[in-house]
Amino acid sequence: PGQSKAGSLPAAMKTGTTIVGLVYKDGVVLGADTRATGGSEVCDTNCEKIHYIAPNIYCCGAGTAADTEKTTELISSQMELLRMNMGGAQSRLATACTLLKRMLFRYQGQIGAALVLGGCDANGPHIYQIYPHGSTAKLPYTTMGSGSLAAMSVFETGWSEDMSEGDAVELVKRAILAGIFNDLGSGSNVDTCVIRTDGTVTTDRGAVKPNDVAPLRARINRSRLMTITPGTTAVLKTTFTPARAGVTLADVTVTAMET
Amino acid sequence: MATNAMAHPLQSIMMEHDGKSAETRHLRPGEVSTGTTIMAVAFDGGVVLGADSRVSTGTYVANRTSDKIAQLHDRIWCCRSGSAADTQALTDYVKHYLGQLAVETGRVPTVKIAAHLMRRLCYENKDMLMAGVIVAGWDPVDGGSVYNIPLGGTCIKMPFAIGGSGSTYIYGLVDSDFRDGMGKEEALALVKMSVSHAMARDGGSGGIIRTLTVTEEQNVREYIPGDKLPFGP
Repeated sequence: PGQSKAGSLPAAMKTGTTIVGLVYKDGVVLGADTRATGGSEVCDTNCEKIHYIAPNIYCCGAGTAADTEKTTELISSQMELLRMNMGGAQSRLATACTLLKRMLFRYQGQIGAALVLGGCDANGPHIYQIYPHGSTAKLPYTTMGSGSLAAMSVFETGWSEDMSEGDAVELVKRAILAGIFNDLGSGSNVDTCVIRTDGTVTTDRGAVKPNDVAPLRARINRSRLMTITPGTTAVLKTTFTPARAGVTLADVTVTAMET
Repeated sequence: MATNAMAHPLQSIMMEHDGKSAETRHLRPGEVSTGTTIMAVAFDGGVVLGADSRVSTGTYVANRTSDKIAQLHDRIWCCRSGSAADTQALTDYVKHYLGQLAVETGRVPTVKIAAHLMRRLCYENKDMLMAGVIVAGWDPVDGGSVYNIPLGGTCIKMPFAIGGSGSTYIYGLVDSDFRDGMGKEEALALVKMSVSHAMARDGGSGGIIRTLTVTEEQNVREYIPGDKLPFGP
């Protein structure tokens, strides 16, 4: 993918992307498209851009796909260790934001991760935007990625303080759709994630699928020879052997310790 | 290169200005800049800090309501201009050092110390940073003080300081309107009016005006919405 002549490396897989996040009355809503590109080719038509950080914190990622994936995984792991060390206290957004920004600044922009961090903690619902060079801003609503301008135009006309959940999710969907249809780097489906102040989280993968190819493919008349139903070849015998037999104490020889 | 036969003898060493300001010239692609107009004025009993709220990546406004006035200690603040990432990191370092110093010495750090800590970081890392800051605040030793730390890491104590890409448009204005011995209200009015004028002419500045008045007793934050500026649009 992305090769223009023999011997040149394929372009790194980037999430062209439209990602958004907003604060509403009872929490935050995050949204993302699902297209991943390598140069001008679409590498993945249904990739997941909303990453888990903590039970109450999720993060949308734009930029280099590997960087967003691994950076969020790393910080998620650090947050879990922190929860273990701090007696199970719920993670806070400011902690995740600081961990992310310190790492990104250290790498001086070489890690191409532009993130929208969102969630609810003891201080309420929050949305942060984090740039690859390590600058952050705390905002009531934000958009990032190549489709951010299209999505921001939807937010700037539609957002108001203390929206209901229904309105908020609708607005997020419309913003991502604006990116999908008006930005070449974004496409396929809309994913959403609602994180509420009462602690519940609803992730909706494929909340809107305006570019679904399944109905089109279903209309193709394939010859009966192309579809082979199970049972066409007779099954004579079925056996199942687990790959590794369970190890028990009976299999272990115990030798006394030399004292 | 000029091909004019009447070219000035110094033409060959005159550099043509490409229109970019010092703050935006060396930004790497994709780096977020606080385009900015920042200002601080000392008055008898404290200081007033002021800033616009625009943060841009290239020609897109990444954040139109940012807060460029950052707290370093109880009564010591700084205005940030240049790279958003660099200035946020610098502010975090100096805030950390000052907090540690306050605990170790048991006294309130002075604005001079804060400014010099900032200057050390800016000067010694000047090849890797794009940061122009104004450190201002109140302390019991010197009262209200303003220190300007432009690109490169100079640190100069001044009665008032302006910085950022928008400051170039208001040098004449503040030079003529500033007077020694101003009171709090006059200083605040000067800051609001000057930042308005800069925002009107500089593309890199805009949004709202945030001000902060620091005195011994308290810090008072105010903001003026973009449609209520003293001088528009």
